[in-house]
Amino acid sequence: MSFKLPHDLGGEAAGPVDRSEHASAFWEQRVDAIRELTRAAKLDGEPLIRVDEMRRTIEGFGTEAYEGLSYYEKWIRAMTSLLLEKGVITTEELGNKLAEIDARESGT
Amino acid sequence: MSTTHDHPHAHHPDHHLPSNYYEKLTTAVIEILVEKKMFRAEEVQRAIEKMEERLPDRGARMVARAWIDPEFKKRMLADGSAAMRELDMDPGDMLLTAVENTPQVHNVIVCTLCSCYPRMLMGPPPAWYKSRPYRARVVREPRKVLAEFGLQLGDDVTIRVHDSSADLRYVVLPMRPAGTEDWSEERLASIVTRDSMVGVADVRLTAP
Amino acid sequence: MSFAAGEHVRVRAMFPMGHVRTPFYVRGKAGVIERVVGRFDNPEQLAYGRSGDKKMLYRVRFAQRDVFPDTPSANDTIDVEIYEHWLEKA
Repeated sequence: MSFKLPHDLGGEAAGPVDRSEHASAFWEQRVDAIRELTRAAKLDGEPLIRVDEMRRTIEGFGTEAYEGLSYYEKWIRAMTSLLLEKGVITTEELGNKLAEIDARESGT
Repeated sequence: MSTTHDHPHAHHPDHHLPSNYYEKLTTAVIEILVEKKMFRAEEVQRAIEKMEERLPDRGARMVARAWIDPEFKKRMLADGSAAMRELDMDPGDMLLTAVENTPQVHNVIVCTLCSCYPRMLMGPPPAWYKSRPYRARVVREPRKVLAEFGLQLGDDVTIRVHDSSADLRYVVLPMRPAGTEDWSEERLASIVTRDSMVGVADVRLTAP
Repeated sequence: MSFAAGEHVRVRAMFPMGHVRTPFYVRGKAGVIERVVGRFDNPEQLAYGRSGDKKMLYRVRFAQRDVFPDTPSANDTIDVEIYEHWLEKA
């Protein structure tokens, strides 16, 4: 009787290592920045988001999302989920902001 | 710079979100948190700049210093974070643990559970370090994985794989190549590669 | 339970769901305490937004052949940091 989550990869079968490298996109660097800043920021005296919470959230995504999303997609999704859980942001605020960004980018 | 992904495959067909949704989500989260005064916009830029300063050449400086100064090497092996501070590098909360390669022992680092890496020393890890094949296979068949990286080790060499499962962050102290006995510290640092400090390569005088 | 460097230990074959940092591939496997790392807040609790109990962290060295019996290597090892509540005397 055992239980294993998709992130627990040690010893699994896998193909060759793809060694190609590329610079991070700017948005990915911003994800790293948010990760650092939310770890340092405080909410009621506690860290706003702990890295352990982010890991736990990513681990709970399920196999399809875990394997289908890129590294930075997983992290921004986890951080957003935690900010919603903690009540730091609301879905309404997020929806409005995303619409605002869309409008800004389409020049309207 | 393109919107890149760390995996070679297209999105799974069930993920309908356009590939730049997460990019916009990132902007949205930053702007909302700045509006709520969780941090300032300038702090985001400063965080990015600080991360850009953390590069493998910082690890190379430590390795070169250890090669030249046996007392520094002892201190580096005892407490890597304190050794960083000696070189005016800030380890933050990181507990840097150096592991030394010898003719009998070769060390290689992985985080099978996620992507833990000595970022405060060397910056972000390469995509392959975070990939499924590396994380899955290097604990199970390190010799095959190292061979894929071009590193062949004899049967008389013991491989130690370090799985960064908790609070320690690892850096490999590779062996100093022969023929560098009269080199300056700066010249030595210039040949220490990131891959040698992760343990998937040795330091060579000629590029492979 | 507390352990000293050099002691033989076994990772408990426990399989809770939730955030754990003991990799699946060492569950039920025996190794040796390579060093006592120190006390840290339990990440299994921090992961749920709670403060964590202080737990002792150990670095455990496994022979690769004890973890992956089909390995061709006789001497290669795997070091993993494991919290005290996952370990028992071997």
